[in-house]
Amino acid sequence: MKKVQTLFAIPYFLWLLLFVFAPVALIVFYSFLNTSGQFTLQNYDSYFTSGKYLIMTFNSVWYAFLITLITLIISYPTAYFLTKLKHKDLWLLLIILPTWINLLLKAYAFIGIFGIHGGVNKFLEFFGFAPHQILFTDFSFIVVAMYIELPFMIIPIFNALEELNPSLLSASHDLGANNIQTFIKVVLPLSMNGVKSGIQAVFIPSLSLFMLTRLIGGNRVITLGTAIEEHFLVTQNWGMGSTIGVVLIIAMIIVMILTGEKKKRGGQ
Amino acid sequence: MKQPIISFKNVMKTYDGDVKVLKNISFDIEEGKFYTLLGPSGCGKTTILRMIAGFSEPTKGDIYFEGKRINEISSNKRQVNTVFQDYALFPHMNVFENIAFGLKVKHLPKKQIEQKVKEALKMVRLDGYEKRGINEMSGGQKQRVAIARAIANEPKVLLLDEPLSALDHKLRTDMQYELRELQQRLGITFIFVTHDQEEALAMSDEIFVVNDGLIVQSGTPVDIYDEPINHYVADFIGESNIVDGVMIKDELVEFVGHQFTCVDSGMRSNEPVEVVLRPEDLTLTDLAHGKLQVKVDTQLFRGVYYEIICYDEAGNEWMVHSTRKSVPQTVCGLDFEPEAIHVMRFNESEEDFDARLESYEE
Repeated sequence: MKKVQTLFAIPYFLWLLLFVFAPVALIVFYSFLNTSGQFTLQNYDSYFTSGKYLIMTFNSVWYAFLITLITLIISYPTAYFLTKLKHKDLWLLLIILPTWINLLLKAYAFIGIFGIHGGVNKFLEFFGFAPHQILFTDFSFIVVAMYIELPFMIIPIFNALEELNPSLLSASHDLGANNIQTFIKVVLPLSMNGVKSGIQAVFIPSLSLFMLTRLIGGNRVITLGTAIEEHFLVTQNWGMGSTIGVVLIIAMIIVMILTGEKKKRGGQ
Repeated sequence: MKQPIISFKNVMKTYDGDVKVLKNISFDIEEGKFYTLLGPSGCGKTTILRMIAGFSEPTKGDIYFEGKRINEISSNKRQVNTVFQDYALFPHMNVFENIAFGLKVKHLPKKQIEQKVKEALKMVRLDGYEKRGINEMSGGQKQRVAIARAIANEPKVLLLDEPLSALDHKLRTDMQYELRELQQRLGITFIFVTHDQEEALAMSDEIFVVNDGLIVQSGTPVDIYDEPINHYVADFIGESNIVDGVMIKDELVEFVGHQFTCVDSGMRSNEPVEVVLRPEDLTLTDLAHGKLQVKVDTQLFRGVYYEIICYDEAGNEWMVHSTRKSVPQTVCGLDFEPEAIHVMRFNESEEDFDARLESYEE
């Protein structure tokens, strides 16, 4: 029995080694190398002293924050509404469905929709507005990123709300709380874990979005993701690219800690 | 009589158009008593409780609280509080915050809240547990927190929805004493829902036996145990031997081929009836002294008594509770007093039943 268990563990540990530990170790290693392959701290020095990288970091965090905030504002009521529906699994499936389609395809679709001769401008024209430049703006970048991340925010919040014991709501009403008080004192705190998972699932990937910044944002929005791509593919400065990678990994760890499960007083 | 604190007038409840959960329920609840709604699962007793709490509205009929119709009053505006079957304690709050919930919602001053929480905890004997997390508490303690949370709001009526069903037997018996004592100390009305007849008999001032969306019988535990109105109540409450019989005339009934003097009257002569004899009212004796001849079949040791199953000559089963051991397969006499015989008419309404009992009991 013990032997079988070890056998089953092999794929997992192989995965961990090949796709988690090894790449992270490599990134950390490369981040200490300069373009001529010498061991140095120069990359970190230039990251923190040249304003360019700090602005990029700030940009990344700011856009990731905006994307997360807007998805959260849309997702919470949506998830709450979905839990009240009769065929909630079907409605939820319709939200999950677009995630099965390749990201690039969806990005290209938005190029068509937002383009100067695209659907949105046609629509505006119909009401007599002159065509606008929608594509390659911050606005279009945030809209598309939000569209892509939305399901990853809705699902954990929906699950948290579904797990909520309905008799807790009855108890709250029974003790004299109205709907708003019940929502603030019972529903919201008990669905907070879902919100935190949602934030993790949206904020962290948003930090390193790069393809969208190019295709939809038209390189106006330069994030850390874009910078990494530049360093690896264009300037061939792998050391600098890895350094930014390390910064991103640390940022992710910080977000995980901030939104991670704290020791609960009660728990279910 | 004082004005009842809660009244149901011809209350009906149907789900999805045709599923009748409550058929026609009318009753009055007096202030300061311990009431029990007793019945099997699915009989509608929880629906009655939910209507009092305000979680469910009657399809037809009216509910009154202190004389005012409250059908449409939402649950958060009613002066009743509920102890839920699964306790429904808020897992993200500690004991203090749980009990203070209702008081905070009403915006009471902080000092007063602390005072009331302390008192409520004292009532359920959990002094000093304020800072505990809900999951650090045992089942029995959670139960007490749930009760404390409800009584901290000083409700006029406390509703308890099978609150003891999740506890083990010993704890359940202890809690029965405590609930009864708590009710007497607080002096408020308790309405307790259960399917456990022992619980109902032990704690209540008044029991409503509910079956299939109707109240079958109401009365004190002693009344209901000693004078069940029909086969259903006799069978549901306590153990009983029920046989068919014929009422020959007042105070004379015939069953299993013999005639016996009894204390019941007020029926037509030669009316077919059912006869109930409680196992503890039966004694096994020698053949000469027995009113019936029975053969002992099996015997179970129940701790305080032996449960003995006998069969008479006609093949009827008789359950006897006795502190004395008997020997299976022996033939002996079965004896009982005239007072032990309780005669039940078929399809008698509760009003007729009560009136008939009064006519010869006083």
